[in-house]
Amino acid sequence: MLFLLLFGLSLLFTIQSHSYHKSKFINSANFLTGGVYNSVNNISNYFDLKSQNQLLSEENRRLRSLISNTGIESDSIFIDSISFGKSYRFFSSNIIKNSYSLNNNILTLNKGENDSIKQDFGVISSKGIIGIIDKTSRNYSTVISILNTTSRISAQLKKSNHFGTLTWNGKDPKFAQLIDIPKIAPVSKGDTIITSGRSSIFPKGVRVGIIEDFFLDQAENYYEINVKLFNDMTSIEHVYIIENVNKEEITNLLSSN
Amino acid sequence: MNSIFSVHTIRFIALVFIQVLILNHINFLGYINPYIYILFIAFFPVKNNRIILILLSFLLGLTIDMFLDTGGIHAGACVFIAYIRPLILKSSFGMIYEHQTIRFNTVEFGSKLTYFTLLTVLHHIVLFSLEIFSISKILLILQKTLFSSIFTILLIVIVNIIFSRKSK
Repeated sequence: MLFLLLFGLSLLFTIQSHSYHKSKFINSANFLTGGVYNSVNNISNYFDLKSQNQLLSEENRRLRSLISNTGIESDSIFIDSISFGKSYRFFSSNIIKNSYSLNNNILTLNKGENDSIKQDFGVISSKGIIGIIDKTSRNYSTVISILNTTSRISAQLKKSNHFGTLTWNGKDPKFAQLIDIPKIAPVSKGDTIITSGRSSIFPKGVRVGIIEDFFLDQAENYYEINVKLFNDMTSIEHVYIIENVNKEEITNLLSSN
Repeated sequence: MNSIFSVHTIRFIALVFIQVLILNHINFLGYINPYIYILFIAFFPVKNNRIILILLSFLLGLTIDMFLDTGGIHAGACVFIAYIRPLILKSSFGMIYEHQTIRFNTVEFGSKLTYFTLLTVLHHIVLFSLEIFSISKILLILQKTLFSSIFTILLIVIVNIIFSRKSK
């Protein structure tokens, strides 16, 4: 009896965890697990300090060249991020638990409600897209990685505006799948995939990856594209959380119809 | 009684930490991880109440799930092997188990290996079926079960050799 009860309970938790935003109790954003991961991460992040520093300085170089080439005064580096474009706010954060070998991978970040992080904020790194915030606690939050079979993110081709859905088939952490790209779209190997900005989570133009190969689906109406991700999802540390300031307005507008 | 209680508490905590902080980062060939926290269930005293073992296994699995954000898959697999452990014990140790005189330090290596293997394979099958949760990917489930089981059994045997005390 007890066995059936507990086994049923764990099945319930499992099924809940398969549906989006449902797993209520069992997540790593709580005080205990978040605290443990954070203190271990405080030590372990020394080990790849060098490569992470290189990544950050590479990003700094790119941003500097962007600034000096667009002709903005160099003083403007110190613009408060709140006023950046007025519609997106950026927060920096660290990944304290990474995961990429499961079918439904979830990461843990060391920022939470105290830093005004909420559900459905986007998460990117300097190289590209990472995932979407799922659960938050006071000091920690969990992220549904793009390496999660339940993750659905709107993405498009960079050179034309044909958009589709970015999914993952659970096989290889280097590749994600872009589906529902119409047959008429000019798809070719090596093209860049970016986010489409249609979902009010990510701004348009966050880099996702390049096309590795593509084929038509069974009905031969849509392309299924294998996208080689820019991010090495097995080694990520510093990330940015994006808040869309206008999100509430957009969702209100959509739901009023 | 008190010392047995504290030994198992320490074992519980130590295995959870080893599992989530070290072993889950191995990802050998991309996805192969050993899950040696089931040692807790394997080495739980045979004489003790079965209901306590099932409850503790659920707690153990749930703790692992909480760390790994995996819903309830470890809890399910743990409860399952805790439930059928008497059957496995009977089939791998036979008569010694019937007489309730089993001590893990004194039984011979061969039957101990059978015991660990059965426990591990069953645990992993339930674990990966729940994780992947689709019949169409049964090959992937079996593949993961096979490779992870080999890794887990190897580690369990090594741990067993290192920590086995000489029989008093």
